[in-house]
Amino acid sequence: MTVTTVREVAAVRPPAPARRRRRRGDDHAGPLAYVLLVVTAFLFLAPFYYMVVAASRPMSEMNQFPPPLTPGGGLWRNVVSAWDAQPLGLAIWNSVAVSSVITVTTVLLCTLSGFAFAKQQFAGKKALFALTVGTMMIPPTLGVVPLYQVMAALDLTGKLTAVVLPSLVTAFGVFFMRQYLIQTLPDELLEAARVDGATSLRTVWSIVLPIARPGMAVLAMLTFMAAWNDFFWPVIALLSSNPTVQVALKNLGSGYVPDQAIIMAGTLVGTLPVVVVFVALGRQIVSGIMAGAVKG
Amino acid sequence: MALQTAPGRTATPAVTRSVPQPTWRGRLFRFETRAAPYLYVSPFFLLFFAFGLFPLVWTAWISFNEFTLGSPMTFVGLDNYRWLFSSPEFYNSLWRTITIGILSTVPQLLLALGLAHLLNYQMVVRNFFRISMLMPYATSVAASTLVFAQLFGRDAGFVNWVLSWFGVDAVDWRNGDLTAQIAIAVIVTWRWTGYNALIYLAGMQSIPRDLYEAAAIDGASKWQQFRHVTLPGLRPTILFTVVVSTIGATQLFGEPLLFGNGQANGGAMNQYQTLGLFMYQQGWEYFNLGRAATVAWVTFVLVVALVLLNTGIARWRTREGKAAR
Repeated sequence: MTVTTVREVAAVRPPAPARRRRRRGDDHAGPLAYVLLVVTAFLFLAPFYYMVVAASRPMSEMNQFPPPLTPGGGLWRNVVSAWDAQPLGLAIWNSVAVSSVITVTTVLLCTLSGFAFAKQQFAGKKALFALTVGTMMIPPTLGVVPLYQVMAALDLTGKLTAVVLPSLVTAFGVFFMRQYLIQTLPDELLEAARVDGATSLRTVWSIVLPIARPGMAVLAMLTFMAAWNDFFWPVIALLSSNPTVQVALKNLGSGYVPDQAIIMAGTLVGTLPVVVVFVALGRQIVSGIMAGAVKG
Repeated sequence: MALQTAPGRTATPAVTRSVPQPTWRGRLFRFETRAAPYLYVSPFFLLFFAFGLFPLVWTAWISFNEFTLGSPMTFVGLDNYRWLFSSPEFYNSLWRTITIGILSTVPQLLLALGLAHLLNYQMVVRNFFRISMLMPYATSVAASTLVFAQLFGRDAGFVNWVLSWFGVDAVDWRNGDLTAQIAIAVIVTWRWTGYNALIYLAGMQSIPRDLYEAAAIDGASKWQQFRHVTLPGLRPTILFTVVVSTIGATQLFGEPLLFGNGQANGGAMNQYQTLGLFMYQQGWEYFNLGRAATVAWVTFVLVVALVLLNTGIARWRTREGKAAR
């Protein structure tokens, strides 16, 4: 094949200057790389397809061997059954409400404190930031018993407030916005604002927030997805009569003889909103995760 | 900084630090500038103390008590810990957490590393690949587990069908010991590999290009470049993902819960009952919150020990790497 000839030629001839200068990241993928990537992409996407197949057929067909590989016509019937088995409408509404509130407060509060940590001088800054990053290490399960106790004392168990309160702000968000603002917010702008006599709040309003907007958008998407998909605490804090989507799915899948088709229909309904958001904004989410990553 | 170079500079050095005429407005302005950062960071810390630090410390106290919600706590000293360390179920769940953790974390990070390397190439549909690798990350624990429970079905599961092509008899994934753990590890790996790959990709792209050029000029092969330039350059990133995945692995809860149809026992033989599931069972099925708090606290100590061990190994390896060079 052509690849081998290219390699043979390259082996005989010393690399030309132009070739040497070519940067590694600009190397083109060979056929093998494509094959491997296509196979992995298939493995990553196939479960989504299978979800649709299983959600659109009656259980009797799903129990055949070999299992069917194409969608059937029973999607609507299964969705209706799932809707009857669990309060899915309420669950979706609850998830939208919870995720929206968490997203708005997280993005605002994290931008403010990310700005303070990125660009302002104050006593104890280093220690406080170290503490913030350190809290990311604390497993969420650790404080769950007292947290439940607190919510019970406030008479909030079973209510959405109990889910929202602990997630109003995240250490990850603070860290993310700090990284973002260090890179994008020029010190000169802030100094100019101060010379002009702008108060700190005014500076935040008219300089920091406009510049932070793209970063805030990425954080908003990540926060919304995380809030929508949050499982552990909502399962403990909420009742099955007032669930979020994840709690409803948990209850749907918890029957002794669960009907797989109906479970899959419910799963599809509960997953669709996030997948739609994700497909629409995938590129930004990808670059957002890469921007927030720890670099060598 | 800016204020020092403002017109007031002509005054004596002592005054340079402040605004020339400390008017009421000037003072208010200075106070606002000084206080603002604290105002900005305070919501995080207030919420963290209320819903993070306080529960953390209080969990330790609860673990010394017998406590059912609604009735007062009774101090019982180390009874809960004595119970825990003599409970076979605890050791079982500890062991399952470790095996499922290794089964999911190691393949996940190795695959992610390979994928990141592939995604770093220039190619036609680069964004399609990047987005499709991250799609599983968009699904929830509940959704992914329910789909995989279906795929791993015994009689009509897709996985068993594929295995039958190779002459493998139908595997009873859920009721087997190792098989159930493998199935759960596959779910975790599916959801997190793409995410980790992107983090590695970000790390790879921040490695200076001249390092590769220098290596190429010295005659290093692609594999040698990967081994001696990429891997050392990625070390902080790898350490980060190892720490995050370790914490994630010790917290495993939703996958084993839903893989077992919502039962907290983790299979008929507790073959996939993790520490998270064990804690949930004690606290919210047996209503013994004191014991649940004890499990949580012991898990936390374990996480810290594991993280320290991992960072220790990484540091030690880095030092060795430097010494060898």
